[in-house]
Formats: sequence, structure tokens, C-alpha cells
Amino acid sequence: MSEERENVIVTENLTRRFKKVTAVKGLNLTVRQGEVFGLVGPDGAGKTTTIRMLCTIMDPTEGSARVAGFDTVAESKQIKRRIGYMAQRFNLYDDLSVLENLDFFADVFQVPRRVRKRRKERLLQFARLAEFRQRRAAHLSGGMQKKLALACTLIHQPEIVFLDEPTTGVDPVSRREFWDILTELHLQGITIFVSTPYMDEAERCSRVGLMYRGRMIVYGAPDRIKGLVAGELLELRTANPRRAEEVIGQSEGVLETQTYGDLLRVFVDSVTRRQDSLQETLAAAGIEVIGLRQTRPRMEEAFISLIRRQMEGAKGQPAESER
Amino acid sequence: MLIRTLSLMRKEFLHILRDRRTLAVMFLMPIIQLVLMGYAATTDIEHLRTAVLDRDKSPASRELLDAYRASNYFELAFYVESEGEMEYLVDAGDARAGLIIPVGYGREVASGGQAQVAFVIDGSDPSVANTVLSASQSVGQAHSLRILERAAGIKPDDMPGVQVRPRVWYNPEMKTSNFMIPGIMGIILYFLTALFTAMAIVRERERGTIEQLIVTPIQPLELIVGKVVPYAFIAFFDVLEVLAIGVFWFGVPINGSLGLLLGLAVLFLITSLGIGIFISSAANTQQEAMLLTFLILMPSIFLGGFFFPIEAMPRWLQVFTYVIPLRYMLVVIRGIILKGVGITVLYEEVVAMMVFGTAIMLLAAIRFRKRLE
Amino acid sequence: MARNTQHATRVNNHAVQAISLTKKFGDFTAVDGVTFTIERGAIFGFLGPNGAGKTTTIRMLLGLLQPTSGEATVLGFDIVEQTAEIKKRIGYMSQRFSLYNDLTVDENLNFFGGTYGVRGQRLQQRKAYVLGMAGLQGRERELTKNLSGGWRQRLALGCAILHEPEMLFLDEPTAGVDPISRRDFWDLLYGLADEGRTVFVTTHYMDEAEHCHRLAFIQRGRLAALGSPEEIKTNKMRGQVLEIDCTAPEVAMGALRTAGLFDEVSLYGALIHVVAKGVEAHRPRIEAALREAGVDLRSMDIIAPSLEDVFIASVREQE
Repeated sequence: MSEERENVIVTENLTRRFKKVTAVKGLNLTVRQGEVFGLVGPDGAGKTTTIRMLCTIMDPTEGSARVAGFDTVAESKQIKRRIGYMAQRFNLYDDLSVLENLDFFADVFQVPRRVRKRRKERLLQFARLAEFRQRRAAHLSGGMQKKLALACTLIHQPEIVFLDEPTTGVDPVSRREFWDILTELHLQGITIFVSTPYMDEAERCSRVGLMYRGRMIVYGAPDRIKGLVAGELLELRTANPRRAEEVIGQSEGVLETQTYGDLLRVFVDSVTRRQDSLQETLAAAGIEVIGLRQTRPRMEEAFISLIRRQMEGAKGQPAESER
Repeated sequence: MLIRTLSLMRKEFLHILRDRRTLAVMFLMPIIQLVLMGYAATTDIEHLRTAVLDRDKSPASRELLDAYRASNYFELAFYVESEGEMEYLVDAGDARAGLIIPVGYGREVASGGQAQVAFVIDGSDPSVANTVLSASQSVGQAHSLRILERAAGIKPDDMPGVQVRPRVWYNPEMKTSNFMIPGIMGIILYFLTALFTAMAIVRERERGTIEQLIVTPIQPLELIVGKVVPYAFIAFFDVLEVLAIGVFWFGVPINGSLGLLLGLAVLFLITSLGIGIFISSAANTQQEAMLLTFLILMPSIFLGGFFFPIEAMPRWLQVFTYVIPLRYMLVVIRGIILKGVGITVLYEEVVAMMVFGTAIMLLAAIRFRKRLE
Repeated sequence: MARNTQHATRVNNHAVQAISLTKKFGDFTAVDGVTFTIERGAIFGFLGPNGAGKTTTIRMLLGLLQPTSGEATVLGFDIVEQTAEIKKRIGYMSQRFSLYNDLTVDENLNFFGGTYGVRGQRLQQRKAYVLGMAGLQGRERELTKNLSGGWRQRLALGCAILHEPEMLFLDEPTAGVDPISRRDFWDLLYGLADEGRTVFVTTHYMDEAEHCHRLAFIQRGRLAALGSPEEIKTNKMRGQVLEIDCTAPEVAMGALRTAGLFDEVSLYGALIHVVAKGVEAHRPRIEAALREAGVDLRSMDIIAPSLEDVFIASVREQE
């Protein structure tokens, strides 16, 4: 059934150059109706520029994009009516109350009077801001401000919502709540395009596009992306993970290692083949293995592995960070 | 301790040098202000356009007109034939004054009587009007005296009565620019210093860099000194700049000791720096700092004796001006430059400046410290 | 206990020891009886929502705020009486700002060195070391604002360790930095910890929290959890996480929510996570609910909770 859903966002070789820098290079992606699409990548990857082009705020230097079936350059007015956009530094009006902010945006989007009251009420409940309706935006916590900003973007019931790093700087609890709200939207059938530097948020998306330095490294469902990582993952718990890393780092079959606190995560070509030999090597070095299990790579590890692979492939040399 | 302070000062100089725009403002603004105000801030009135209605058209009336023409105050620009015309010219502002000589003026003068002429003055600008008033009177009276002397056949020096001989000390040409420019120096010292200091400190707070610094062994005192001293240098440089322009461009003579002037300028800087620091502890953004500086210093300019003499103000306001630091500095600057006096005469002002400087600095330092917490 | 400020005596050998640390602002209690110990050479992560008391606690430890009651030592020095001793021995990297953008790399290093009294020969040596560690040799005369995120973080760290501090306080040190640079950065931190230096990190990034040796969660002024990431995941997790892979997850969500069996029902892409105590026991009911909704179940497995799951669970429990 989902295969029949139409593509509401399609880009073709989307490129944007600034005076000194090319922020987005030849981006090709499609987003299906009703999906939660995550654009993931660190600062400077080109996420904000991409969103700006899709929201018709900025024109591409090369290539094109179609949103809701309309071209972003030639038919931007049609698009603007159908989308909601929450900018990274979303400017709420600090000295206006929650309700007043909502009213303002309702005016801007010309929401008809008769549906306004009901819609505002629903949004307040939805964003869990009902009891704070009179409070000035400046006196809301960071998390609540983001929720209000989201509510303001939804006042005109857009088909697609673009969110640019909506949870940056927000504590984990508020972040979880925000994503719960996004899930609600998703269940209502709204398409969500969200950009984030948080790798773990990628897990919550239907599909993910990993961006790095203006290019799309890979895109698809989170599980499929993790599957692209070479090797299988073994997680070891030892008293001295860094020593352990030194010892087995160059062992046969070991592709990559990474420490996390007291954990050592080892990518091997085959867990069944290497599990025992690694334990022996460690035992020989006097390192006790407290716990051991096979597990799945994290989004971050997948990202790093894929970037490295791409950079190696491009230059034929081992990848170095930003050098 | 010293090293940390020097470290901070060095960093501050680097910041200043790298910020081209602010650098330009800091050095160009005094120049521009000085040049603009130096030219605009004169209240000398010359060549006032005057309309003349000479109904008499006699040799005597022409003599009177010559007398007016000879004084530089009036330019007899319009010769009208009716009062209506004159009214129109004054209304329109083309003429600022008008002279009406009635019919029979010449006969009256010749017969030894008192001839009257009317002088119309545009009163809308009182400062101009006042000058016109007194000028018209003095020219008229001088001419009157000449007529009298001629009629009585006496030489001017033999006249009975009191002859007042004016001797103008200090600024004999009574050029207002000589008076204004030292005043402007004072204002620049006062205003710009406080402004730049306040903004520099607030900028640091806005960017969050202060937080980084207070976690280190740096003491609040070192922070203030390190931050403020570079601006003191710049302010001092501005003083020299302004002095140079005043002397070499405007021809303001320095009658007193230059060394004393600079020394007292440094003393005054302490006060303005203190005010700058104080404002920085009250402002949260650079905009606020700028507004606060304006708010606090604007009254000073009006009440400090720059434009308007303090003696002309109502008594209760005069008392108030004693707490305005600028007042003392203006006296000092004008005293040294125009009158060439020394510290013996100025000691009251010097003491006042020292008191202010210390008090404001202390207050500012305390508030700054408090604000850091 | 006599506090001898003349001779800088340490009271203990912990990196940090806080005992019932409390701070009140009028009626509002920002930090409420917080107690924890950090051993030297540990990387300690401090997590919590904004307004939970995180920043207030750090400010007290750094000597910027005085506690209302309770006491604490940093590197063995009392935070109230011996603040100067503490300041000399710690390095600090704040999130908002650490470096002066209009200065060059070299000028920044010189400034921070000067601030901590590192000069002459020693400064040259330390600068060489730091530039090497950060990989910035040859770039000393570049303006800081022209460095990209990852390099700037490394330089900031370098400036913070010029004076060889015993302890480092880092506030969101890798926010927005790309994953590769972040990994390199953490390698640097591990290196420092190996040298016996203690690292105190605050972060909103749960992935980053996993890098720490020990963690503390603070919520509403109180500690909600304290221990290593593993310990916290094991002890503090209320219930288990069951990952459900099925067709039509949107429909399934509704059905599972109505079932009312779980603490949480969340969508993760196309997968559903349900959280409950003894979730295994609910398997039959889950299968039934899904069947009723016309949804095909592909798989259903218990997965390890993420640190975020645990954090949320423990915070909700506190409420």
C-alpha cells in the first residue's frame, strides 16, 4: 500500500553555491507522502540550505526541486500555502503570550475566523501548552518554546512540515516529548521533513538522508543504512577498554574499533569467526572480558563508516577528518 | 597579576585594531564632530539681510544708511517702497530685520530735534534677535553721537559724561569658535570615552566571553583595568587629535600650559572611564549601553556650561550643575586655553575632578564586581 | 576542621566531592542536597534538562556561586574558602564561547597562557604540545574565525589545557561537530584521562553520554541517577524495551496504545518500541491486539535500552 504513495518532495541535482563555498552539491532525494524524513548531518553539512531551497526561501544555483507537485522557483506561492516551516532560530515574539503568538500566525496565514478557535484549542492541547496559554513566550522553557513554534507552524494545517533542527539545545526529556508530538502528526498523515545533528534522532525517521559537506552520503530507511556498514559488531566490556583496543586493534578480521566509556565496540568481518580468537588475544594480554555480545551499529557509527568509505573511495587514501 | 592584566590589555588592543569599523569611528568621529561643530557652533552674526524703507530719501537718511552699512552686522539687501513689502520679506524669512526711515527725518536732524527711525526685528530666533537689537541700537547711538558732535562743534574727546572704554581680555576678537572648540574637546573626552568603554565591556558580556574569564584566576580588578586602559589610550589620543585640529585648523591659541592641560585631561578621563564602566554594569546589550550613555550625558552637555552659560540658568538649576563633572572640565579647558591660567586658579576645579574621579571609579568598580556575580 | 588557606592544603584526594550541596534562590530551590564523588582520571558526564540545576551546580563547583548549605571540594580544595586554588588548577571550555574569533590561533594560545601564568620557555613548550595534539601546526597565524567547527573545538581544548590543569570542565564540547571530529575529540579526552586528569562534561547528547565513565542525571535539583552507563541501564531502567516489526505500524500504534499495557509506545521509523515492566509477559496480548487490528507481525524482540530510554524512564519515575 505504501508503495503507491506519491512523492511529495523530489529534488534533482539540487545545488547551491555561495561566494566562497558550495553549500549543497547535486542533491537527489525523494520524500513520500506521509513519511518522516530526516536530514542528518553535522553543522555545515548543508541541511539548512537544503531546507531553505525546498521552502522556496532560497533559489538553487543549479538543479531543481518540486514540493507538493509544484516547482520551488516558478510556483513558490502554491508551495507556501501548503507547507509549514520552523526555522532553526524560530522567532517567536517574546513579549506576546502563547495565544497571541498563535493568533498572529493565524492572521498571517489568513486562517478563517470560524475555524480558528477550535484549531487553536486543539493545537494547545496537542502541544501540551493549554495551561500556559496566557504566559509570555519569553517565560516558557526552551522545550516549550519549541513546541509553541511548532504549533504556530501548524495553524494553517499544512500538508508538509519542514523543521530545521527543532531540538537543538533542548534537553533529552523535552526532545522525547517533541518527537512524540511529531509522531502524532505523522499518524495524522502529515509529511514531516526534519533536519537534525543528532544521530539518534535519525532512528525515529521512516527514512534518513545522511549529509556531509554538502553531499548526500547515503539515504534510505535507518535499518538499511546500518546494514550497509561493513562487518558485524561485537561489544566487549572490559576494565580497560583502551588497552584492549590497542591489543586487538590490528588483529585479523578487525575492521574498526571504538571505545565508549567502559565498552569496546569492535567491527569484525564475522562475529562467529572472530569472537573466540579475540577473547584469547585479550586473555593473553591479561585483560579480562567482563561481558561480550553481538549488537547493531549505531547511526553515528554507520555515518562515520560510510563517510570514511566514500572519502577513501574518492581519494584512494585513508580518510582523515577535515584535513 | 601584572602579566594577566597586560595579557588582557594586549588582547583588547588586538580586538580594537582588527575591528576596522569601530576603529574608524574612534578616530574619525572626533574629527568630524569638531569640524562640524566648530563651524556650525558660532553665534556671531554678520551680514544680516535687512530690508530698507527710506521714505525720506535725503542726504541725512543716506548717511544713516551708510552708518548701518559700515557696521558688518547688516547687509542692506532690499530696498522696498512700502511696509507691506517689508512685512512680506520678513515673513518669508528673506530679511531678518528692517529699517524704516520716516518722511521728514532729514529735516528733523537738521533742525536739532530728535529724529526717530524704526527698526523691525524678526524675534522668532531670540539669539539672533538679541544681537540685532543691540547692534541696531549701538549703530544708531554711535551715529547719533556723531551728529551731536558735529552740531555742537566739539571733538569727541571733549564731551562731558562717562566714556566707557572696553578692553577685551582673553579672546579679544570674541570669536565664538575660540570658546566653543575647547568646549567641544571637553565633550568629546567625556562622551566618547564613556561610550566606547561601556560598549566594549557590554560587548564582552553579550558574547559570553566574560563567563570564560571569571573562571580563570583573573581578578575583577584586572579585568576592568585590562579592558579599560586601552580605551583610555585611545581617548587620550583623541584629545591630542582634537587639540591639533583646534590649534592648526581653527587657529585657537593656547595661552596656558599644554602640559597642565594634558595632565588634567588624564584626570578627567578617570571620571569618564568610570562612568563608562558604571553604564556597562547596568546595560545588557550594546544598544542599551549606547542609549544609557546618551541619556546620562545629554543633560550634562546642556547643563555643563557648553552652549548656555550657567550664570543664565535659574538658581536651583545652577546648584544642580555642581554635580556634573563636565562643568569643571569645561572651566579647566577654557581657562587654560583661553585665559592661560594655572593650577593656582583652577585648584577648586581640580579638587572637584579628583573627588568625582575617585568616587565614580569606586562606585563603578563595586557595581562591576557585583554584576560579575 | 581548620581550613588553612595560606598553605593550600588539600582535604581529600577526590577530584570532586559534593555533600548535600544545596542552593536556594529565595523560595526556589535550584539544587537540593546533591551528593556525589568523582575520582581522579575519570570522565564524568553531567546530564539534565535546562533549569534542572545543572548549571547552578557547576557554578558552585567553579566557585562562582556560594551554596546555601552543604559543602563540596574540588581537587581537595573547599569551593567556598579556597576558590583561588581551584581556579588555578582547572580548565574550562564553555559552549557558547571559548575562543576569540578575531584573534589568530597563536594569539588565542598566548592569551590563555598568560591568563594562567604560563610564560617564557614553558609557554613555548606547551604551545608546541597543544598545537601537535590539535593538529594545528603550521596554522598558528590563521584567524580563529576561519577554522571550521572541529578544529575550533580542538583549539579550544588546547587553550584549556595549556596550564596542565588537573581537571577540565567542558560544557557541550562537541555540539554541532561532525561525527568524525567528535570521535577524534573524545580520543583526546581519553588521552587526558589516562594522564590522570579528570574531565567533567555536560551534554544533551545521549550518544556522547555513553562515552563517559560515569554519569549523573539531575532533574529538578536532585540526582535522578548516578553510575556508569552500564550500571544505569541495568539498574535504573524500569521495565524492558520490546521492539516490534510489523506491517502498517501506524495502525498498530493505535491498537497498542488502546491496550493500555505499556509505559510507553513510540514509533521509531517503521518499528515500534513498547516499554513496560515484565514486557515479555505481554507478548500474547500484543499478538492478539495486532491480529485484531489486521496487522501482520514480523518480529518482536527485547532490545537493550538506550541511555535516553533510561534517562526518560528515571525522570518520569521521579515525577
